[in-house]
This record gives sequence, C-alpha cells and structure tokens, in this order.
Amino acid sequence: MGKTLVEKIWDAHLVKRSEGFPDILYIDTHLIHEVTTPQAFDGLRRRGLPVFRPEQTVATADHNVPTLNQHLPIREELSRLQVDTLTRNCNEFGIELYGLGHPNQGIVHVIGPELGITLPGKTIVCGDSHTSTHGAFGCIAFGIGTSEVEQVLATQCVLQQSPKTMKIEVNGQLAQGVSAKDLILYIISKLSAAGGTGFFIEYAGSAIRSLSMEGRMTVCNMSIEMGARGGLIAPDTTTFNYIEGREFAPKGENWQQSIKYWQTLYSDEDAQFDSVITFDAADIGPMITYGTNPGMGMAINETIPTTYSQPSTEQLSYQKALTYMGLEDGTAMVGKEIDYVFIGSCTNSRIEDLREVAEFVKGRRKADNVTVWIVPGSKHVEQQAIAEGLDKVFEQAGFQLREPGCSACLGMNEDKIPAGKYCVSTSNRNFEGRQGQNARTLLVSPLTAAAAAITGKITDIRELLQVGS
Amino acid sequence: MRKFEHLISTVIPLDIENIDTDQIIPARFLKATSREGFGKNLFCDWRYDSNGQPKTDFALNKPEYKNARILVAGKNFGCGSSREHAAWALQDYGFDVVISSFFADIFKSNALNNGLLPVQVSEEFLKHIFEENRKNSDLELEIDLVNGTVKVLSTLKQEAFHINAYKKTCLINGYDDIDFILGNKSLIESYEAEQAIKVDKIVADNKGVFPEDSRTNNR
Ligand code: SF4
Repeated sequence: MGKTLVEKIWDAHLVKRSEGFPDILYIDTHLIHEVTTPQAFDGLRRRGLPVFRPEQTVATADHNVPTLNQHLPIREELSRLQVDTLTRNCNEFGIELYGLGHPNQGIVHVIGPELGITLPGKTIVCGDSHTSTHGAFGCIAFGIGTSEVEQVLATQCVLQQSPKTMKIEVNGQLAQGVSAKDLILYIISKLSAAGGTGFFIEYAGSAIRSLSMEGRMTVCNMSIEMGARGGLIAPDTTTFNYIEGREFAPKGENWQQSIKYWQTLYSDEDAQFDSVITFDAADIGPMITYGTNPGMGMAINETIPTTYSQPSTEQLSYQKALTYMGLEDGTAMVGKEIDYVFIGSCTNSRIEDLREVAEFVKGRRKADNVTVWIVPGSKHVEQQAIAEGLDKVFEQAGFQLREPGCSACLGMNEDKIPAGKYCVSTSNRNFEGRQGQNARTLLVSPLTAAAAAITGKITDIRELLQVGS
Repeated sequence: MRKFEHLISTVIPLDIENIDTDQIIPARFLKATSREGFGKNLFCDWRYDSNGQPKTDFALNKPEYKNARILVAGKNFGCGSSREHAAWALQDYGFDVVISSFFADIFKSNALNNGLLPVQVSEEFLKHIFEENRKNSDLELEIDLVNGTVKVLSTLKQEAFHINAYKKTCLINGYDDIDFILGNKSLIESYEAEQAIKVDKIVADNKGVFPEDSRTNNR
C-alpha cells in the first residue's frame, strides 16, 4: 500500500518506534522566539545540558516587540527583559539570533520561508501553534509547548504519537475577490474549531494547486484553528520556484539533488487517509467571522446564524460569544461600522498581501472613523514594500505602515485594540481579548480588510471591485 | 515533574465550550521568564472586572469552590495557542486535574508534560458531573490514574479514561521525556550519520511519477 505525504516524511525522520511508546521523531529545524523559550533554557541549565544541535536552531524576536521606533530600546520593561533574555540565551548556547535591528528579523513563520530555511521534506517545530504555516512547502511542521522546546534543544528530537491523516481537497477556481484566506476561513467554518484535532491535514485539489506560495502559507497557517496538528501541501514547481535563490536554500549541485528528493514528496495514489473531505471552490465567497472562535465564520453577505439553529448543548456558548461581540443573531454584517483595521500577522503580512492591499487602495483614502495599521511580517517585507513604493500608497490612503512583529495579532506589545472596539483583522484568532481586553475581532482576507478601511464599514469587496472595473 | 496517582476533590465547573488558552492566560501575562506565579492571572478576564475586583458570579471566585483541585470544562478545552503557560497557570492556581469531553492536542501534551492530568470523558458523563454539581457544590470526584477511572462519589457513577501507557508511567513516577530521549542518544547520532544515505535510497527507490509531471502545467 502506498504512503501519504505525511507518512513519508514522518518515517524518514523516525529515530525510534517501539510498542507502547510515542515515536522519537528527529527535528531538522527548530525555530524559537522570546516568549516560549526562557523557561526551556532554564531547564537546560538546571540539567547541565548544552543545546544538542545549535546550528539547527534559529531565533528571532517577534511576539513582544514594539512596531514603532525599533531602533530605540524597548520601553516596556517586561518586554525588554524577555527580549534581552532571548539574546543572552542565544549567546550562551551558540544560537543564531535575528533580533531587533537585524535585516532578517520578523515573525518566525514569515522569516523561515523567506530565508529559504523552510524546505520540502523537513521536520520543523517551534513553540508556537502557527508553525503549521511551514507545511505549505511540503514539510511536517507543528507547534510545541515549552517542555517540548526544552526537549528539542536538548536532543534535537521530540516525542510524538504517530499522526492521523486527513485530506482536504478543494477543486475548481476561486472567484474574483476571493482569496486563500477566504478559502481557509470557509473550511474552518464547515469543520468547526475542533474538526481537525489529532490530524495532519494535506490540502490538495486544483484550487490549492493554483495558489501562490503566500496563499498556501495562509491556508496551512490556519490549520491549527481547526485543532489540527499541522497542515501541508505537496511541493511542486510553484514551491521550487519560490525557494530557488533564497539565502539558505540549497545551491548548485545540492539544489539538483534536493529537487530529486523533493519530487518524491507526494501522497501515493493508493495511500489511505483516515479522513477525506472535498469542497468546491465555486461555493466560497469572501468570508468574515462573527464570533469568538475561528469556526464562527460565514460568507460576508449572509446573516449571522441563529442561536436556535445551533446544537442545544452549544447554545449557551454561542450566545455568550455573540454577546461578547455585541452582535445579534439573524442580522447582517455588511454595513456595520468598524473602528480598526489590522493588516498583519503570520497569516497575512507577506509582500503579496501588502501588494494586493496597495493595489486596491491606490488613489483611495481610508474612512475617517477608522484607524489602519499595516504591520509587515518581516524586515525584508518592510524593505521590499518601501522599494516598491507601497509605503507611499499607504501613506496617501492614511494607512500607517509600521515595523515588523506579531503586533495586534495577540496584543502582547502596545498595539492593542481598545475595549468594545471592532477590529477587522487579517490575523488568525478572534478569541475574546485576543487583540486587547474586550476588543472585538472580525477575521477577514487582506482585500476585505482594505475594503473596510476605505468605507469604514464591513463591505463586500465584490461590490467595490465591480465599481472599479 | 510532579507525580500524580490518585485524588479525591471537589470540582470547579466551567460549562463553556472551546475555552482557548488566551482565556486561560491572556497574552499580556506571558512576559514572565519563569514558570511560577501564573495562577493569579488564570482566567483573568473572566475572573476580575475592569477595576481588578473579583466577579462574584465567576466560579473561581465562589467561596464554596475554594479548595477544589479539579476543573471541569466544556468540550475542546485548551484550543488555540501552544502556550504552556496555560498548563502552568492551572497548576499554579491549584488544579491537579482538568476534565473535559475533548482536549486540544497541544494543551493535552503540555498538561501531561507538567503532571497536570487531562481526563477526557464522554459528553454524557460530563453532563452528569455538571448536573450533580449544580445540585450540590460539594460534589466530590475520585480520580484513579493507576486504574484509569473517574468516579462521582455521590452517585457512584464511574467512567474509564484513557491515558497513553507511556505517559501514565511518567506521571505516576514523575519522569519526563528528556530522560527518555537522552537514553536513546546513540540512536539519534546514528540517525544523523545515516540521514544522507537514507535520502539517496528514497530517491532511488521512488517508483511513482512526480504528480506534476503527469499534470498539465497550465494553471
Ligand atoms: S503573528 Fe500572531 S499567530 Fe503569528 S506567530 Fe505572531 S502571535 Fe502567533
């Protein structure tokens, strides 16, 4: 019997499998950041252990960094202490750090791919749940907790149960104004916030194949919002073209060798998945979330599902979510005034996202009632945006282009949405308080976010695209 | 790691589904660089009002639940972020066990890695606990890890729960994974030494056709 892509990569990284024990899985690349590592390094010190393979570990500061005046010392004391602790730990244990001010600095899931660190066939872990992003390149990438970070630092391995596999196939073509973000929000709304738990999800089908690498990353990124351990897409020419020439990508003869290996990375035709689900791209419209988990999403022109249409055991939680959001079931979202627009996060802060937004807002201006923050995913994205003149477009539109970091995605630095305010956001989580205490998050695609910024209201992008064309 | 074998305790009920780790411990409290002290901010935004005063209607603030060491919550507990701080906060507050009908993956392994026991029960059994607790806030549960059972003491209703055998041994003895992996260090080194050969073999053995070569390339 054939193997799934996940099984192929998993088996190639097995150090030991024994009855009654989890697998010992070898990790090729360990990405680390300031928030989930201090306790792991302390653990190493307590045990008197070195980092086993420091050259396979890459660090950046992203979660906690300010997105203005990054050249100045961090003002907030605890944030500064955490970032300084990372620097100290990297120095002590011999780990490459792309800290503030470094040209490679950025959100950990943006810099891995853009530097050519993320490659097909690898195993990649990070103390962050959106590590699934890297799966877009056809690798096994998943988020781990701090105890596991310590494991990987100490042994370059992690103990894991062998995975269950799910295939999600999306066929057909996405309509105009509908993007990878809408596609994944649609899938999550169908499968629910727990629908993928325990699985590695392989995305396949013609709609997935026709996505750019950026789009594929957006899809894989949000796998965790269905509870999945990871998401991945078999590599193809789109993947290889994206990787070629990047800073740490294989070069010369190595490149040829790598391609040969990467071309073995697909699910065999007779491979068995534990679950297979199929969608039609034509059914997908621009999406928006109305609740407090990413599964609570709908097509933007629909009305919010009623409470009584929910399973009886879930009605209480459903009502609680709508109350938090200040929304009523059975009502429309389009036309509702909003306060903030956040374009950023490891889901949608790559150069393609910024280009798409810039192209749409060129010659337009934001509504007066809205504050717009654009936070690039990395220093490279920021530099490229400036080189292409996108910063000017944003400035004329009244959008503020800030410096790279996680920013309002999780509101750990000072970029917080005030209580009660509505933020249309390209990030990945609409949990209560995620973007600031009592802030209300509406998850959308970059285009839909840009439309809301211009009109000051929740807007069906398709209407503006028609007017424009 | 903390050891765990057996516990009889009252419970704190949180009949809410999809409790994510941002609720368990909001991001603004993740700036600490040690594992201790997160308990005071556990469920912070549900527990305190905007003036920092405890909300009296929130279960953690009710005097009758003061000494409970078991949290009982709705399905898909611990979804969202991978922050282990969630497990640390629950433990630091005083919980030894969390019961739900469904746990998010990363939360579950984080909990187990810290000696916090996630007990997954059926929807029915969960409902039974909530109902009995509504009748009587002193309701006690007995958790027996060795035999893998959870029992409601007032009704004697009990259910078996599953914990991976290896993890169970770790919990009962207070072992952790690093000891186990380091015990296999020579295997790791030989894996590394043979990796390149292995990849060559995969390439040589690959019989299938790279799907793209059989697909039309005009997309
Ligand atoms: S951008 Fe948001 S989701 Fe992505 S790594 Fe940062 S905090 Fe996590």
